[in-house]
Amino acid sequence: MQQSEELSGGIDAGSQPLDELMQKIADHKGCGSSGGGGKSSCGSSAGQGDLAPEIWEKVKNHPCYSEEAHHHYARMHVAVAPACNIQCNYCNRKYDCANESRPGVVSEKLTPEQAAKKVLAVASTIPQMTVLGIAGPGDPLANPEKTFKTFQLISETAPDIKLCLSTNGLALPDHVDTIKAFNVDHVTITINMVDPDIGAEIYPWVFFNHKRYTGRDAAKILTERQLQGLEMLTERGILCKVNSVMIPGVNDAHLVEVNKAVKSRGAFLHNIMPLISAPEHGTVFGLNGQRGPTAQELKALQDSCEGEMNMMRHCRQCRADAVGLLGEDRSAEFTTEKIMTMDVKYDSETRKAYQQKVEQERQATVAAKNLELATLAGERSDIKILIAVATKGGGRINEHFGHAKEFQVYEVGTDGAKFVGHRRVDLYCQGGYGEEDSIETIIRALNDCTAVFVAKIGHCPKDSLAEAGIEPVDRYALEYIEQSAISYYKEYLDRVRDGEVTHVARGDADIRQGAFISA
Amino acid sequence: MPYKIVASQCTSCSACEAECPNTAIAEKAGIFVIDPAKCTECIGHYDSPQCAAVCPVDNTCVVDPALPRHSALT
Repeated sequence: MQQSEELSGGIDAGSQPLDELMQKIADHKGCGSSGGGGKSSCGSSAGQGDLAPEIWEKVKNHPCYSEEAHHHYARMHVAVAPACNIQCNYCNRKYDCANESRPGVVSEKLTPEQAAKKVLAVASTIPQMTVLGIAGPGDPLANPEKTFKTFQLISETAPDIKLCLSTNGLALPDHVDTIKAFNVDHVTITINMVDPDIGAEIYPWVFFNHKRYTGRDAAKILTERQLQGLEMLTERGILCKVNSVMIPGVNDAHLVEVNKAVKSRGAFLHNIMPLISAPEHGTVFGLNGQRGPTAQELKALQDSCEGEMNMMRHCRQCRADAVGLLGEDRSAEFTTEKIMTMDVKYDSETRKAYQQKVEQERQATVAAKNLELATLAGERSDIKILIAVATKGGGRINEHFGHAKEFQVYEVGTDGAKFVGHRRVDLYCQGGYGEEDSIETIIRALNDCTAVFVAKIGHCPKDSLAEAGIEPVDRYALEYIEQSAISYYKEYLDRVRDGEVTHVARGDADIRQGAFISA
Repeated sequence: MPYKIVASQCTSCSACEAECPNTAIAEKAGIFVIDPAKCTECIGHYDSPQCAAVCPVDNTCVVDPALPRHSALT
């Protein structure tokens, strides 16, 4: 109870900055459209959207770049890069826990040879594994030999696997040509600021040219190197995504500037992520009480930047050694000990056959959505609702409410259904202080949603949800998500029109901060 | 001669190993150690000891008071 009071207090306290943020966002939107360089409309994040065909071709099977692909394809990260060249206030390199899911965290480090074997083992077991990333736990380009050796070994044995890396950008300009030579066509740069004064609040130091720089000097070097690296990548035709951590009161409003800066330098996708910050993480932000954004603050910022360029909203902020579909982590199945005893046969034919099946399923999903959307033609309403969905992947409503560790959130209006985010609801590991009531946690995480779609749900949670004003819906079990969302929305409009229900704007919702406990 | 790594604080991230101009740092059974015979405190190479400058944990690459300072300092 005390916990919930604290939480609601946090949300109330945040409403004032939210108003200010919304104002800045509104200013930004106007500015973007008058500039004429903005995106034409909110491209359907589920499909090609506004992406150029050649970019779509490159990203359509990449779970971290294409929202649609993440239902069908899996990725893995190999933790071959432990060293880092900067310090961030949201990172604590000492922390390592198998139950913890956030960037910078791994359970074991791998040599390039072990990593290559692990990739083959995983690819043979999980045919939808199409992407290998190196994301740390430090910075891949602060460990260039290990990173590129890993890429070399994998490209020799499994040339169909896409390679990507995620960097803080400090060393990026030095390695752009090597990245190109290894055919790495996806790079993510984490850019949290383009203003060194703001950067000084996020980065205590950087290590550059054999010297440790602190404060504004450090941030100035970092931002210059990041933007230079981004320009060099886009010049060479390497696809670049930008990640930004939204830190309320530090860089939240500023991320609008970051969005403009990276768009003008050719980044094709911007992923604004909520700060993960809890005292038990031992990070500077965790210890000084810096809060993360609420779900609505995050969505408002993402919505505003979407007017400018494609936004990514399905990021799970996964570990540097995560394995599987986004939202699941099967890394425990593939420990070094286990893979070294595995007999690995890399069968590219099976993989190809599986991926063809996925392609058919994917086209069926899009066709079903378009068919349903056609029935909305002519309908005009300002009402937009959020729907939470329990899914195991494949674009269908196929998870039991009680088994869901996260819900995917879709926004539905007369324009159609659009994926806008996900909410973690796994039980909260509170460093041994016990677990809070899970249904209360789930309701707080889904508080801004009108309905929750599930394959199945028990009586107790059904009643609790209904009491909280969230309608539990199991009649679309195993159906396609977007098609069902549009169908529900049509009925909802009818019910509002008939006076059966009154449409009310829902409140804000929580973004989970704790450790992710995977099965 | 004089830098050492406080093993209990070391995250084994290996960042120091690559930066050391004297290749004095190596991993032994998962722990990084500085060979005191090779360490020159980076004198003649850089303005500051590289291991301490790149280390993500404060006060982990430190002067070993049990050993005499590098000859250039005495």
